[in-house]
Amino acid sequence: MWRTRLPIFRFLLLRIARGGLFAVLFFASIAGGEDNYAAARRAMVREIEGMASSTPLETGSRTLDRQVLQVMGKVQRHLFVPAAQQRHAYENRPLPIGHGQTISQPYIVALMTDLLRPEAGHVVLEIGTGSGYQAAVLAELTREVYTMEIIEPLGIQAKKRLVQLGYRNVEVEVADGYYGWPSQAPFDGIMVTAAASHIPVPLVQQLKPGGRMVIPVGTSFLTQQLMLIEKSPDGSVTSRQMLPVRFVPLTGRH
Amino acid sequence: MFEDTTQPSTLPLGVGVALSLVSAAALTYEILLTRLFAIIQWHHFAYMMISVALLGYGAAGTMVTLLRPQLESRFVPAFAAAATAFGATAMVCFLLAQALPFNALEFLWDLWQPLWLLAIYLLLFVPFFFAAVCVCLAFTRYAAQARRVYTFDLVGAAVGSLGVILAMFALRPTTVLACVTALSAIAAVLFWLTIGGRPRGAALLPLALAIAALVAAQTPIGQLRISQYKSLSKALEVMGARVLAERSSPLGQLAVVESKAVPFRYAPGLSLNALQSPPDQLGLFTDGEGFSALNRHDGNRETLVYLDYLTSALPYHLTSEPRVLILGAGAGMDVLQALYHGAAAVDAVELNPQVVDLVEREFAEFSGRPYSRPGVRLHVGEARGFAAASQARYDVIQLGLLDAFGASAAGLYALNESYLYTVEALQRYLVRLFPDGYLAITRWVDLPPRDALKLFATAVVALEKGGVRDPGARLAMIRNWNTATLIAKNGELTPRDVARLREFCRSRGFDLVWHPAMRAADADVFNRLQQPYFHEGAVALLGGQRADFIERYKFNIAPATDDRPYFFQFFRWKALPELLKLRNRGGMPLLDWGYPLLIATLVQALVLGAALILMPLARSRNLGSCAGAGVRLRTVAYFAALGGGFIFVEMAFIQKLILFLSHPLYAVAVVLFAFLLFAGLGSLLSRKLAKAAAPAIMMLLLPVAAIVLLCVSYLVWLPDFVDALIALPDAAKIAIAMLIILPLGLSMGMPFPLGLEALSAREPALVPWAWGINACAAVAGAVIASVLAIHAGFSAVLIAAVVLYASTLLSFPATAMKPK
Repeated sequence: MWRTRLPIFRFLLLRIARGGLFAVLFFASIAGGEDNYAAARRAMVREIEGMASSTPLETGSRTLDRQVLQVMGKVQRHLFVPAAQQRHAYENRPLPIGHGQTISQPYIVALMTDLLRPEAGHVVLEIGTGSGYQAAVLAELTREVYTMEIIEPLGIQAKKRLVQLGYRNVEVEVADGYYGWPSQAPFDGIMVTAAASHIPVPLVQQLKPGGRMVIPVGTSFLTQQLMLIEKSPDGSVTSRQMLPVRFVPLTGRH
Repeated sequence: MFEDTTQPSTLPLGVGVALSLVSAAALTYEILLTRLFAIIQWHHFAYMMISVALLGYGAAGTMVTLLRPQLESRFVPAFAAAATAFGATAMVCFLLAQALPFNALEFLWDLWQPLWLLAIYLLLFVPFFFAAVCVCLAFTRYAAQARRVYTFDLVGAAVGSLGVILAMFALRPTTVLACVTALSAIAAVLFWLTIGGRPRGAALLPLALAIAALVAAQTPIGQLRISQYKSLSKALEVMGARVLAERSSPLGQLAVVESKAVPFRYAPGLSLNALQSPPDQLGLFTDGEGFSALNRHDGNRETLVYLDYLTSALPYHLTSEPRVLILGAGAGMDVLQALYHGAAAVDAVELNPQVVDLVEREFAEFSGRPYSRPGVRLHVGEARGFAAASQARYDVIQLGLLDAFGASAAGLYALNESYLYTVEALQRYLVRLFPDGYLAITRWVDLPPRDALKLFATAVVALEKGGVRDPGARLAMIRNWNTATLIAKNGELTPRDVARLREFCRSRGFDLVWHPAMRAADADVFNRLQQPYFHEGAVALLGGQRADFIERYKFNIAPATDDRPYFFQFFRWKALPELLKLRNRGGMPLLDWGYPLLIATLVQALVLGAALILMPLARSRNLGSCAGAGVRLRTVAYFAALGGGFIFVEMAFIQKLILFLSHPLYAVAVVLFAFLLFAGLGSLLSRKLAKAAAPAIMMLLLPVAAIVLLCVSYLVWLPDFVDALIALPDAAKIAIAMLIILPLGLSMGMPFPLGLEALSAREPALVPWAWGINACAAVAGAVIASVLAIHAGFSAVLIAAVVLYASTLLSFPATAMKPK
């Protein structure tokens, strides 16, 4: 029993140590004159990269797309979180953004973005804008991003923020996402970050043949599994569910 | 300065009643806090906070021990001030605690969260400390009359345990909180006037406090601040959402929410092939979570098509015009599903009468009164009890999704006992089926599978125990990404059944987990997983390697039983190191929180409890010169065993009687009330025994022997007895339960005052210390009992209680001391 509890202590120690590391990186980057968080952001990307190399994505064992990692290193996550949370912006953890909503941990954002297989010419739809971070990441990788939010203050704030940051290829609308965005459909990819008891059928209809839809399933702060819905060129639809981690439920026999 | 003029030896009635009021208020506060935190946060942290706060009892014992000389001469102002302070801090500290930015969900990410939790501990510790100072002072002052004091203390607590449940039906939770303040203020006033405290006008202070609390409870200051991450808070953030109605009772705080701009459209795991979305819905939230949907229904069957595209619709495709029993009917969705499929008759069982009232009366126009439709009969009561008492038989018994997906998945229910999903429960349901009838149970899907496989394992064992040779021939399970439905047939599934089941799944895009003719290649066709975990699990659970599979699985999927009713407890220590390693990669959700937090609570309680008990030992001057190490050790052993034993028996009996009384509230209220009341009376009765002038140890032998014999005999015959009488009316069952508890309660009230009086005669300095030990042991005992129940079952808890009580014969403090 004692042996098994040890990791908790080690975990706490590591966390404290890492907090210190971030402080060091933070002050080092101020001295360097880039945006204050550039070094922390690079460290975050390295951390994500390290993790991804040991996680099988989908059923194969490919690693994260380089471009996705590049974009994660470019988008300034600290500008998408409340001021009080900025110092945590590049830690690999989910953060609260007010109104009971959260921004996913960067590792999960990277996985979800990768699963969507975004391409430069793509038009994508996002349901659940939140702070606008995921939309910004997608905007760096695709031609156009349409994103919808049902919590009015969040939607308005995200819209303002994305405009200020110069994302001209993102449209934010405060509206019910269930029926998608018919005037811009069909989409190459759809990301549904809003909790739903079922997959809205209209969204599946707005997916192009060959398109992908990614839905994280879980609760605030915790993404339990990722769901990928694929529409084959002939229009048939299949779904896949995967854990964000490599975890085999049985001991022995690996 | 105030001088105490009363004789220390006689306990005035007014003081006794004041003590009763403080005890009543303290127990009310304890039960109420559990409720309040369940509403604003989640229940597992509530448990933790309250357990630690209760150690205020131990701290009070320590303080009174250390300051005994000073406090003894200032008994009157000290008691009055402590009672007043308890009242004031009971409300203020809770309001402050709920204003702190504690967020259980960020606990492992945010370094501040443990500090906020600590702050809440400290805040809640304060009122319990003051309440305990009152009681401890009374015991210390009137130690020679410990039996009378104990009687007032316990009878007060008994009234409180019943009163709080009644009060929660009539009043809002924060108003009940204000009542705690008012009760202890009245206690302070009564005490002050009885004992002739000067100036008399000082009694106005607690009165003013009581009024202020009752007024504050009606203002925004006194409102509950529900965590912004609870489903209700999140739903209300959505544009255009508003609360239409609220209800409150000990069964839960209900809120009906309308969301016009963004309709709820609740249809868990709705097939992608569904032709229609759900109709208009109102959201019904219980304690800010536990969402269930109230459908708009005007009798037009077409609006309910979506109900045919859920996995739970499966049994209706294998039967025609079935007679249906819905267990846990809630807002009526399952009833509508049965009616949609042409059920000939529907019996619906729902526990919470306020839910029924909302559906049938307040929102009758919206709901179309599903419980009043032709063929539908409503039974307000507990599902398991109904299944046990009823003689009716059914073609379909449906047990729907009674809990929220998120809460279940995060392990928040791990410590909730549930008698709906045990092996014995499933056996009961199966007996209520007509030949070829179906039991259908729907659960959430999580990955890797936990709920679904545990349910499957439970069904396999239940069938085997019912004498079925080949359970796999009677079972089938299907799933989609979100829900899994298990069916168990009273008879073997025929090729025709299997064909229908396959067609149901094919047309809706649902996956097969198990049916008797299943091939491995048929699994995971529509919703693919990294491995066909569900099918492989089902095959393993049906085969000879079941025990090995359960053992090797990283989550606890061994079937729950009535003795160990923890269906939602999936945690296993052996998976912890791996899960912690994976936490940054999103492995956190795999960790079921409830159990590790219980262990953390236990460790905290033991460490803090020991510190509070051992601290006075360091200052041995105050403990009297004669009290050698041996005596102190005996005192610790004796009073700790009594504290632990009492709570063990109480908890075991709540479990044993919960099925009998068929209602969790009745069980808790009846058991607490009966034990406290009868123990209080037992304490009085022991005075009569004392007049027989037997040696003290002989006086202890009698009740302890009775407790041991009664517990052991109950252990043997109570389950059968309960089964035989389960169909009696509630009032009769409550009376029988009280009668069962009577002799045990009377006996359990004797050892504590016996020990205390023996101590006070020989070593009065140890009295407050002994009281603190007893209180600390009861707190730690409650947590230990839970751990023991999870691992070894409630019978083991009762056996442990027997051992503890028996041990008191060896540690009785009087035998080792010489009279002064």
